[in-house]
Parts: sequence; structure tokens; C-alpha cells
Amino acid sequence: MAGQTCDLFDCGHRACGGCGAALVSRLILDAAGEDTIVVSSTGCMEVFSTPYPETAWKVPWIHSLFENNSAVASGIVAALKKQGRKEKVIAIGGDGATFDIGMICISGAFERGHDFTYICYDNEAYMNTGIQRSGATPYDASTTTSPAGKCATGNPLPKKDMPKILAAHGAPYVATATIAYPADIRKKVKKALDTPGPCYIQIHAPCCTGWGFEAEKTMEIGKLAVETGLWVNYEMEQGEVTKVKKVVRKPVEEYLKTQKRFRHLFRPVRNDTEIAKIQAIADRNAEKYGIDIKLKKD
Amino acid sequence: MALGVGCSARPGKARDNKTGSWRVFKPEFDHEKCSRCGLCSTICPEGCIRDDEEGLPVPDYDYCKGCGICAEECPSDAITMKQEEK
Repeated sequence: MAGQTCDLFDCGHRACGGCGAALVSRLILDAAGEDTIVVSSTGCMEVFSTPYPETAWKVPWIHSLFENNSAVASGIVAALKKQGRKEKVIAIGGDGATFDIGMICISGAFERGHDFTYICYDNEAYMNTGIQRSGATPYDASTTTSPAGKCATGNPLPKKDMPKILAAHGAPYVATATIAYPADIRKKVKKALDTPGPCYIQIHAPCCTGWGFEAEKTMEIGKLAVETGLWVNYEMEQGEVTKVKKVVRKPVEEYLKTQKRFRHLFRPVRNDTEIAKIQAIADRNAEKYGIDIKLKKD
Repeated sequence: MALGVGCSARPGKARDNKTGSWRVFKPEFDHEKCSRCGLCSTICPEGCIRDDEEGLPVPDYDYCKGCGICAEECPSDAITMKQEEK
């Protein structure tokens, strides 16, 4: 429905203006509805939405530690099952809680096959504590623990392929999405909730403070990530990629130059070697997932 | 301040926190130009834009932080950001 707004994640939360993660939480609850129990690990979303004694959530919500988000969710799922209740359980974590700290419990919960949906809002670093690099930080992004300077060009390590890791656990449904396409997020969240077993969705959530761009550009940056091939929107069912968003690809510079975290690649002098390496990452993504739209030549 | 068991809080209690005071630029909506597509109310990270009975967007300035995403994304250019005098 056009103009439908979500009432379950309320106004008054303390996210920065233009926050991608705030939009993620609204869209998730919009799709999930009120019969939902949310478990949220420590991170930006937990901090901005629930500064005690306030909360922006209007569904049952429980805070867990960074590491045991999925364990708490598993317990809730088991208790609901015992009581014969039908509420859906969603575990939400940032990329730090998902890619690094919560890995053990997520792996355990996916192995045991609990019926819940894990959603990672991926803002590609530990934004809440001051932009430290995580396993999700892309190659060459400058963060406070991987600063660009004379000796380094930002984060030296590639982004971890978390969806693949969880698909390898036998997850029936794994998907990636970006806030630039809200209808797509709603559709994927609904599908994950309707799929029995542990499902995973990773949502690209641009962070204006951590990435260094103007607040109003959040959606545009999300779109550019997809259009340059640095972020691929896809769905995986039973470990097989079933749907991919295809694009007419743009050069990666168009995404990189919009953000302060990649500024060192253009100033004081343009670093063509590093930009070529990032272009190669996009090219590999394009080849792996087949995202290129082939234009017919007359 | 009453402490609930397990540090519970009333649903939506964050409404007490009027984030509109953070705003520097204020979005102004031109209902003449609006095509009622509903994009602004969907993508507002605050969720503070509601549609009235006619489907026209009405922002709640008590909570709007003035991020400007609505103005940037509006396909009809019906929203303009104006510096606010307080």
C-alpha cells in the first residue's frame, strides 16, 4: 500500500538523522507485523532505540550481549514451541555482532535448526563505538582501527562472505538486501519469516556518520553500491542462488568518491592501483552472480 | 522513575524524546506538486511522515531531524529543505 507507515518502531529514537539502520528496523517490523518477538544484540540499533527508560519498539524486545543474540533467540523459539505459540522470532544484530563476535552462537543456532530469522544490518564497521573495522568492512575503507595514511590505504582485508557461511550451515533461505529498495526488504523479510528453519538476511545500511556523507544521500549510496557491483542483492534457497538483482554496471569510483572513508583513494593524488583492485572485486562479484545486464547491440 | 522488573520500558516510550529539536533544515511539503506516491513516508528513518485521508504526506515536526532524505528522493520534487529560524 502506498504511503503505509510502520507504527511498531516509533518516533523519538536517537539515531543520527539519515540513519540507514533506523530505516532497516522500521521496514523489518513493517513486514513482520505485531506478532513478533525481537532479540537485539548490542550495537547502534540497540543503543539508539532503547536508551533506558525509553524504547522505540512496540513489540516484545529483548537486549542480549554482542555474542549471545542467537542463543537468546534459540531459547525463545524453544519456549514458544513448548507452549504451542505461533509468534515469529527475529534476531537483529549489527555487522560486528554478526560477522565477528556472535559467530559462535549464530553457527550453533543455525546448526540446531531453530525456526527464527537472523537479520544483520550491515553498516560495515563498529559504528556505535566509533567506527572500528569489522569482518564486514570492505577492502580499503578507512576506519579508526584501519586508518589510511602514509603506510596503509585503509582496511587491508576483504569483506567476509557471511551469507555463504550461513548457507553452508544448511539454512533454507539466505538473502541480501539494501535499504535503497524498501519493497524488496519487506518481501525478503516476509519470505524468511514464512520459511521454516533458520533464515538469514543481510541488509546494507549506509551510515552517514561512519562512512562520511551527507545525511540525505543514504538512499543514493545504497543504490550506488548495487549499481557498481560492490553489493549484490540476491536470494539463496537451499544453498543455491535463485534470484539476483541485475544492473547495468557503473565504475566503482562513482560509489567510492561519495564517501569520506574512501577519500584517500582520490586525494592528494588519485590511487589508480587501489581503485583497480576494488574494481576487480566488483568484476568478480559480477561474474560470480551474473549481475550484468547484457545490452543488445543493433 | 519507576524501575520495572528486568529493566522493562513501556512500548514506544521513546516518544517522550522530541528529536525535532535536532533539526537545522526543515522539509517543506508542496501538496500541489505531490503525486501521493508514498515514498517519503516509507523511507523516513524516523517514521514521522504520515499520510492524511487524501493520501498527502504530513510530517510530524516534533520528531523530524531534518535529514533531508525525503526531499532528496521525492520523484516530484515536492519537498524543499529550508533553514529553520528558531
